[in-house]
Amino acid sequence: MQWFDALIQGVLLGGMYAQYALGMALMFGVMKIVNVSHGDLVILLSLVGISLASSFGLGPLAVMAALVPLAVGLGWLLQKAVLNRVVGEDPLPSLIATFGLSLALQNLMLQIWSANSRSLPGGGIESRSVQIGGIYIGLLPVIVLAVAVALTWGLDLMLKRTRFGRALRAAASDVEAASMTGINPRAVYASATAIAVGILGFAAVFQSLRSTVAPADGGAQLIYAFEAVIIGGMGSVWGAFLGAMVLGVAQAIGFRIDPGFGVLAGHIVFLLVLATRPQGLFGRA
Amino acid sequence: MTGAVLSTHGLVARYGDFQALYGIDFQIGQGEAVALIGANGAGKSTFLRAVMGLLPVASDMVRMGGQPIGGTPADRMVQRGVAIVPEGRRLFTGMSVQDNLRVAVDQADRLGRRGGWSLSRLHRLFPILNEKARTPVQSLSGGQQQMVSIGRALLCQPTVLLCDEISLGLAPKVIREIYAALPEIRAQGTSVVLVEQDVGLAQSASDRLYCLLEGRVTLTGPSGSVTRDQISQAYFGGSHAVV
Repeated sequence: MQWFDALIQGVLLGGMYAQYALGMALMFGVMKIVNVSHGDLVILLSLVGISLASSFGLGPLAVMAALVPLAVGLGWLLQKAVLNRVVGEDPLPSLIATFGLSLALQNLMLQIWSANSRSLPGGGIESRSVQIGGIYIGLLPVIVLAVAVALTWGLDLMLKRTRFGRALRAAASDVEAASMTGINPRAVYASATAIAVGILGFAAVFQSLRSTVAPADGGAQLIYAFEAVIIGGMGSVWGAFLGAMVLGVAQAIGFRIDPGFGVLAGHIVFLLVLATRPQGLFGRA
Repeated sequence: MTGAVLSTHGLVARYGDFQALYGIDFQIGQGEAVALIGANGAGKSTFLRAVMGLLPVASDMVRMGGQPIGGTPADRMVQRGVAIVPEGRRLFTGMSVQDNLRVAVDQADRLGRRGGWSLSRLHRLFPILNEKARTPVQSLSGGQQQMVSIGRALLCQPTVLLCDEISLGLAPKVIREIYAALPEIRAQGTSVVLVEQDVGLAQSASDRLYCLLEGRVTLTGPSGSVTRDQISQAYFGGSHAVV
């Protein structure tokens, strides 16, 4: 029962990681960019959301409604102003640029919000739970998982069915051939990053509801997103979702073995996957 | 000729320190088919890439209807009515035949390009593309892949179609099948630039030809009247000949 409970909690935790991982999978799949500032963007959006809530007395839903469009704009700007200048065959320039951005963002956030931990008041939603057959299931984690499923499903559908999705997949497959077919790669990239960061707008609200955030926390979120994407198989959205589930379950089971072992258990699973199946559990070789 | 749809004027192109083209003067009229022949490394593919905006060139080196457009990015060249069947086909792997083609339909629509090509008309030209619509492009044969690549370029509704070695690596029967589509493409009023290794095929499929050697034009003339001797001299070296 204890292990079944760990499995359930792990899947719910995976819902949070999936929300981090989706945008990273999208950016990696389309542009082969690993955005090192991914976690810092979650934290930045969380802190902005918390400030919005306290300044205007907004509830979590209203914060989300404000934050997601803001995140979309931020992503678009990030691509136009920074990443479009460094994207290309060579992965190093974008890695250096996003690493620099990560450092700059952390210091900027420290300047504005100080090193204190904050969280978003959820009006009790964060502590509500239901008991099913001896297992307590938190309402918030269930919502997080449901939103993660909806985002993954929506993103997958967008990629498969829409004009923009086809252009994205074409640019991901061969960017020069895509431009020969009339696609403007930089415009497609800007929209991809806008979507990737837009998803972080959802993640930021949930992250600051379920726990506290501080300016230096971005690194951990980046690692979880990265691990989920690698475990699942780079560049596929359902792969990233399932990778996030595997990571969540590994951490939850590790945590049951020993409370200090949880995060490490996730890293070990990540390393095992990298060593034995580098294309990811659900990726094609 | 003032009626040139597309022309180049002293076109120079380089890859870093390596100069690949030394002043190419070229023109093509509406509905005309012009072949570009020459040995490997003569600069044929480079020429097409330079025209398509895939290599940096000065703006007045390439003109469309007299307007300088050199160095325009490839997606904007598509908007202006130039499409390319690139060397090596360059299909979108992982996507189905239908989705590969729909990318072109989407973009032509977005860019406001109108023309006579539709998916159903393309399916009449190459029926196999309809049968294999849901097949991932990487599992097609070479000839079928080439048909997808040609189809993708046609669905961009081009006024000038650039074809880079569309017969390369294909069986003679498949080559005939693909070249048989050329008259219908031209009947649309589309001009076709054919880069071709097979000189005989290039001559029979085109109105005029240019022979390139080491980045320079060594022969130009009507495809029907240039002789084998002139071509072999232009192909392998010797003085510039104009017929």
